[in-house]
Amino acid sequence: MKSLFSSIGSWLDERLGLSETLAPVMGHQVPRDTASWWYVFGSATLVLFALQVVTGICLALVYAPAANEAWASLEWLNYQQPLGWFLRALHGWGSNFMVGMMTVHMIQVFLFGAWKYPRELTWLVGVFLFLCTLGMAFTGQIMRFDQDAYWGLGIGVSMLARTPLVGPYLVKLLVGGPIIGAETLSRFFALHVFVVPGLLIGLVVVHLVLVLRLGINEWPMPGRLVDRETYREKYEELVQADGVPFFPDAAKRDIVFAGVTILAVIACAAIFGPMGPNGVPDPTLIRTVPRPDFFFLSLFAAFALLPPWMETVLILTAPVVGIVALLAMPFLFGLGEKSWKARPMSVLLVVLALVILVTLTRLGITSPWSPDMDAWSADPTPVRFLEGRTPLEMRGASVLQAKQCRNCHSLGGEGGERGPALDDVATRLTRDQLIRQVIQGGGNMPAYGRNLSPAEVTALVSFLETLHPANQPPARDASRPAAGARPPA
Amino acid sequence: MSRDPENTRPEDRARPAGAASPRTPVVPPPPVDRRGFLFKFGLALNAVAAALFALPLIGYVVSPMRRRAWQAWIPLGQADAFPVGETRLATYRNPFTVPWDGVTADIPCWVRRISESSFQVFAVNCTHLGCPVRWFPESSLFMCPCHGGAYYEDGKRASGPPPRGLFEYEHKIENGQLVVRGGQIPTLSQQV
Repeated sequence: MKSLFSSIGSWLDERLGLSETLAPVMGHQVPRDTASWWYVFGSATLVLFALQVVTGICLALVYAPAANEAWASLEWLNYQQPLGWFLRALHGWGSNFMVGMMTVHMIQVFLFGAWKYPRELTWLVGVFLFLCTLGMAFTGQIMRFDQDAYWGLGIGVSMLARTPLVGPYLVKLLVGGPIIGAETLSRFFALHVFVVPGLLIGLVVVHLVLVLRLGINEWPMPGRLVDRETYREKYEELVQADGVPFFPDAAKRDIVFAGVTILAVIACAAIFGPMGPNGVPDPTLIRTVPRPDFFFLSLFAAFALLPPWMETVLILTAPVVGIVALLAMPFLFGLGEKSWKARPMSVLLVVLALVILVTLTRLGITSPWSPDMDAWSADPTPVRFLEGRTPLEMRGASVLQAKQCRNCHSLGGEGGERGPALDDVATRLTRDQLIRQVIQGGGNMPAYGRNLSPAEVTALVSFLETLHPANQPPARDASRPAAGARPPA
Repeated sequence: MSRDPENTRPEDRARPAGAASPRTPVVPPPPVDRRGFLFKFGLALNAVAAALFALPLIGYVVSPMRRRAWQAWIPLGQADAFPVGETRLATYRNPFTVPWDGVTADIPCWVRRISESSFQVFAVNCTHLGCPVRWFPESSLFMCPCHGGAYYEDGKRASGPPPRGLFEYEHKIENGQLVVRGGQIPTLSQQV
């Protein structure tokens, strides 16, 4: 049996010549230090991409990429098609892992100075791979054609429309017509399964050829500076003096890590299951709370928190500036120190970027700026705010509830977080200030003057005045003498 | 690369400097020989073919943006179905639809009847980033679920990130029917 295999193998090899072409590539010498657990993220990203291609093809066997059928076919995949739920879960979790793994790979490459001379082009191709992968994440979210997909597209369209002059044209080009509909899904399907994956495969090939041609980045040492004249010579010397074959010495860690990664995807898919779809993509069902997938939650949060005057400017320029900065980096700083130990600004930049990303994502999950649409009817007024109150104050408490103040203001920890909590509002605002704030609004609060009768305002403010801790007096107007205070002598 | 000089072909052998190759003609080649012409002709032919191929292709892909405005008059039903002093959700079928649009061509809008004869019709799309705003009659506000935008009952911006008030439909009453002009997704750069 063994001899049969080996004779087939040598028959094939005589024609394909793999032992002459592939074997030297696999066994090429790499610096000993790079046989490290720090160098496994790129290959793991590639393995995840391969996984996505396979599960994507499987899903395409059943998924119906037409606006009137897509949602039903997703439900069919989840509940009727044997193992359809598992394939959807694998593809969804695979995408989460791929975006995450690629980010880790990018950070490692950035900190290890691997983007410096002579690997500038490898980095450039990597930046485009990153953008394509984010493109896959966004178009993939549209494939899950539900309410989030519909309104997510609406957000994309609204951003694109802010482009000066060509905005309306770009919108029509993107959605394939005047409004989100059949052609929108078809266009995004073509992008998600043909255009962007094609680009990804092409770029991956170039990326790998470059890694092989230029050699894997050696372990950076502080003080070992990159010099255009001497670098390649020194790298050759390093590999000659202290190299190990890529396969199996370095590759064994890649193989182990890839296996762990695939098992993690399988475990997540099996435990957490597929993502959505949520409601039917029917725009008339407006009782919906659209949220993007987690890759774009930070962006979603930024849009809520940016001052309106800089929003359009940032939407239009920030992506361009960010991409140009990533592309220009190896040309501006492509020489000198490679080690993160000698590049404190780079480390700081990564930490800052991560802090911003994590904070915004966390905020995106809780969305404290969104009114809690059901708080007014669902959250009871805590009893301690009603005990011992006069009938007028009780009436004010019910005005507060009925006029939906709690959609934005919490009481006893329940309610919206758009405006400040009202538990101790009386310590911050005097009676006059309360009346003014309710009637005229301001500071992000709508004016309720036209919507409240004078009697309702009186009741509401009387209730608000009681909202202060027992040991803390209510705010008072410093221009008036406090009640019971002796007039100055 | 140490080959036996006896086994190498004559043209591979190192030649003394200055010696002409036996295959190189001594006279210079004519400016346009048959091969050169054929190659250039082939390039030109392919350039024409590429243009003829690409132009219809581009025209096909960009066709949706060649039409400036997609608008039509759409009946929303009897005007009397909307009570005076109230704001109600109305829906219509988008006029520019194909059969496989499914439910995505059902478009909602908010109809506010101010008096017997005056109406306001708002797009549900928030002017900030397009999420669907909800009407709350109790507080007379439209609220957006995405980034916390709020609008007054007349569509004016009340608070939050929206850069302007709600998008309004052009409308008229025809034979007792409320008719609005719409068809495209409203954004900061184009009408509803």
